[in-house]
Amino acid sequence: MDFIGAYAPSHLTFLLEGFWLTLQVAFLAIVFSFAIAIVVGVLRYANIPGVSQALATVVELIRNLPLLLIIFFTYFALPEVGIKLDKFYAAVLALVIFEAAMLSEIVRSGLKSVEKGQIEAARSSGLTYVQTLWHIILPQALRRMVPPIVSQFISLLKDTSLAVVIALPELMNHAQIINGRNVNYVIPTFLLVAVMYFVVNYALSIVSKRLENKHA
Amino acid sequence: MIDFSILFDHWDMYLEGFWNTVQASLLALVGSFVLGTLFAIFRISPIRPLNWIGTAYVEFVRNIPLILVVFLFFVGLPAMGILLAPFVAGTLGLTVYTAAFIAETIRAGILAVPKGQMEAARSSGLTYGQAMRYIILPQAIKVVIPPMGNQFINLVKNSSVLGVIAGLDLMYFGDLISADTFVTFDVYIFVAIFYLILTLPLSMLVSYWERRLAGSR
Repeated sequence: MDFIGAYAPSHLTFLLEGFWLTLQVAFLAIVFSFAIAIVVGVLRYANIPGVSQALATVVELIRNLPLLLIIFFTYFALPEVGIKLDKFYAAVLALVIFEAAMLSEIVRSGLKSVEKGQIEAARSSGLTYVQTLWHIILPQALRRMVPPIVSQFISLLKDTSLAVVIALPELMNHAQIINGRNVNYVIPTFLLVAVMYFVVNYALSIVSKRLENKHA
Repeated sequence: MIDFSILFDHWDMYLEGFWNTVQASLLALVGSFVLGTLFAIFRISPIRPLNWIGTAYVEFVRNIPLILVVFLFFVGLPAMGILLAPFVAGTLGLTVYTAAFIAETIRAGILAVPKGQMEAARSSGLTYGQAMRYIILPQAIKVVIPPMGNQFINLVKNSSVLGVIAGLDLMYFGDLISADTFVTFDVYIFVAIFYLILTLPLSMLVSYWERRLAGSR
């Protein structure tokens, strides 16, 4: 094991560059998947005939597939039907599809957990159904959803590493490139990479626990 | 339209991959259940150092990517002179990773049993071990089954990382067939169907159990 060689300044900046891309992918995927999840979750909660069932089926299918397979789809299979994305957007799209399905389940069960009396009270004080949903149900539900949503974000950040299969130059990919230079770099590099993921994710999980205690 | 000849022409490969995915998932399930139970006991034990080890394991492993754990077994161990077959390395990685989640599930199940149950059992003359075995664990298992089912679904899906290290699973054979035929879309549709054959029934079972549990409260 060669810690000094593995942690040469050029390697450290190379790993940080990879981590920066990891964070970019994760950030974009979080924003888009969360937005889609709220729409899908609300539509399923609202029980619109046809729409809710169709969405339920799609969500159930996506949730039960490996993310890795979805990455292969967006990068290798979509070009076959004429949609060509570069590695970055293929990875973001795959993550958005998968995580939106996971998050929409959280949104839906969060909405369901708000007491019926809240809707009845809001409706009888003259709010429309949409107003009730927007001003009464969603804010209460969102607060309850925070802990599971944050843990889903942690999963998402970890899952970005699967883009290593399409050689997206993120953290895992850069680690593998360094490992390829010298077998003695492998363990030190993996240790450092593990610590990098751990620090960000653990910080997120602490934030989530704080929020949980606050709203309990 | 989807070309079914791909499925029929490569039936053996699909089946072998499917079977290896099932095996890896089951082996990792058993392994991670044993390891996870051990760490769950560590985490609730009154002995400080054990407690600390359990917490460190769960928190560290849960916060790093699965593929990193698998690479540690597949690339890291050979770097130290220990060579493992890809299937073995992958299954070990899956086991170590999943154990952290299962430990949390089991711990939460045990903690969900009201304290009074233990106190009542102890005061009617049972030892701690007996109370755990006959009173606490049977009640905990009921609560633990649905989340365990979810962990198993995750495990089946996660086993696809074996494909990255040539672990002979469904994903790996999917790549092979696609390289063979120069077709990707249809090949992966069939891979997806094989995964769904495993995960969809499990997922229905889990939601059925959850509904039953919610009804019994």
